[in-house]
Amino acid sequence: MELNPIQKYNRALDYLFKGTAAFFALLIVAVMIGILLQLLENSLPAIHKFGFSFLFSQEWNPVSGKFGAASSIYGTLISTVIAMILAVPLSLVIALFLVELAPPLIGNLVGNAIELLAAIPSIIYGMWGLFVFAPFMEKHIQIPLQEHFGFIPLFQGPPMGIGMLSAGIILALMVLPFVCAVMRDVFRMVPSVVKEASYGMGSTTWEVTRRVTISYGVQGLLGAIILGLGRAIGETMAVTFVIGNSHSISPSLFEAGNTIASTLANEFTEADNPIYLSALVSLGLVLFLITFVIQIIAHFWLKRIRKSMGGGL
Amino acid sequence: MILRPSRNRKLFDVIMKIVSGLASFIGILFLTWILFEVVRKGAGALNISFFTELTSPAGIAGGVANAIIGTVLITLLAALIGVPAGLFAGVYLSEFGSYSRLGSLVRFSINVMIGVPSIIVGLFVYTILVLPFKHFSGYAGAAALAIIMMPVAARTTEDMLNLVPNSLKESALALGTPRWRTTLGIVFRAAKTGLITGVLLAVARVSGETAPLLFTAMNSQYWPKSLNEPTANLTITIFNYAMSPYADWQEKAWGASLLIMTGVLLLTILARILAKEAKK
Repeated sequence: MELNPIQKYNRALDYLFKGTAAFFALLIVAVMIGILLQLLENSLPAIHKFGFSFLFSQEWNPVSGKFGAASSIYGTLISTVIAMILAVPLSLVIALFLVELAPPLIGNLVGNAIELLAAIPSIIYGMWGLFVFAPFMEKHIQIPLQEHFGFIPLFQGPPMGIGMLSAGIILALMVLPFVCAVMRDVFRMVPSVVKEASYGMGSTTWEVTRRVTISYGVQGLLGAIILGLGRAIGETMAVTFVIGNSHSISPSLFEAGNTIASTLANEFTEADNPIYLSALVSLGLVLFLITFVIQIIAHFWLKRIRKSMGGGL
Repeated sequence: MILRPSRNRKLFDVIMKIVSGLASFIGILFLTWILFEVVRKGAGALNISFFTELTSPAGIAGGVANAIIGTVLITLLAALIGVPAGLFAGVYLSEFGSYSRLGSLVRFSINVMIGVPSIIVGLFVYTILVLPFKHFSGYAGAAALAIIMMPVAARTTEDMLNLVPNSLKESALALGTPRWRTTLGIVFRAAKTGLITGVLLAVARVSGETAPLLFTAMNSQYWPKSLNEPTANLTITIFNYAMSPYADWQEKAWGASLLIMTGVLLLTILARILAKEAKK
């Protein structure tokens, strides 16, 4: 069939359109791969110099040029664990409240408020954490805890307000809305027939929740936790404000520590020699790889659930 | 299963209801606590010179006008790059790559990129736009923010375009409308409100970002003359001022926090109201 000029023109534009769309779609893939390659390349000097011991050495001394990631990795993991221990049960009961218990009007209101927590920028959490929450922690939580439970190593050390525990609590607040939102969607996907059947047998609301809703949505709940984990582990500014930034590993939750992200934020612009810079980029690479693995798990996990539960997440 | 006596079961039920209500209350309590403190401590710093004067050394009166302009410029430039790029990527996924292998690779990358910590994006941009040119720049800051926006915009675009009924597309194509016109003229129009929501959310997400600007735009005490040099911006100014020992700098940090928080929350609330409209 012979095409007239307008059809030719439109066909060319169609190719151009599809090409542009494909280009930008591939750009996202390219950036992901680019991040990995660039971080790898720039951390080579440190990898050559320190090898695998970089991951296990506690030493962090810019003056003598010796760097190890152990304290940063430890701090990242501990602050994340504290955050998840607090955020997961809290999000679970809040999601239940929103879906099962609250009257629609209140549920809507509370749901919106919780989601606003996610909109507050990280640096605001940092300001509030350092100037408002840390003094509160010191006076009303750390000192009383130390008075009554001071014999436990977790609660020893100087009660300064800042430190690992405070960072974990603020992180918990920051991931709460994300975890809660996914959990809420999971609970909404439980078919009401299943719940009603249980109510019909004379179960109380809590029994329906525990034995039906939670066990029905347990995979989705796990997905929510993985997503929250991914957020908490790379959170930067809020943690940088309150964790105290010291390169040490201590059993005490009151002691200052550091995370990979906070070390980058604090020291990167001060790094005055190539090996220091390279050590910092290596830290970044470690963080990127951790979040990469978490995202891969989350991606395939949620995909599987979506298949088995049929959309909505 | 051993059934406990009915009274205990009901008591436990009531207790759990109270606990879940309390947990929600705790969430709201923290939200209001943060909002309240930022307003209380920030309101005092807001005056005319705060909005009109340059950042100044501690102890000397001044404002944060250059940082406000810098933040607006960097965010606008980032949106100009990141939003169209994300829109196109979303169009690809919804129109061309729904079930293709490439489509699922792109979708996977989007999920990974949304989860990458923003400081890592800053680090990446540092290695490609700061190291080779040997100086920090507002352009690098905008690039970092654009990279953060792109996957967010792509995902919402895909979701919103998928909501448009296929029959609408098919009728347009059947009338002989070329693909590009069908998408841009008809599908986009049908999904307009949803797309605007996505853009607003993406802008809101990056305008409060600090970490990606630390090693890219850095900060400056001068008016932003060109984005090809370190550029003043609100969030890094907050960071530097808050970490300083000077009371007047800390007060300005609170003022700037109030400003940025109000901006981000307004954008978010606007987007959410629009999103509700879109669903109707």
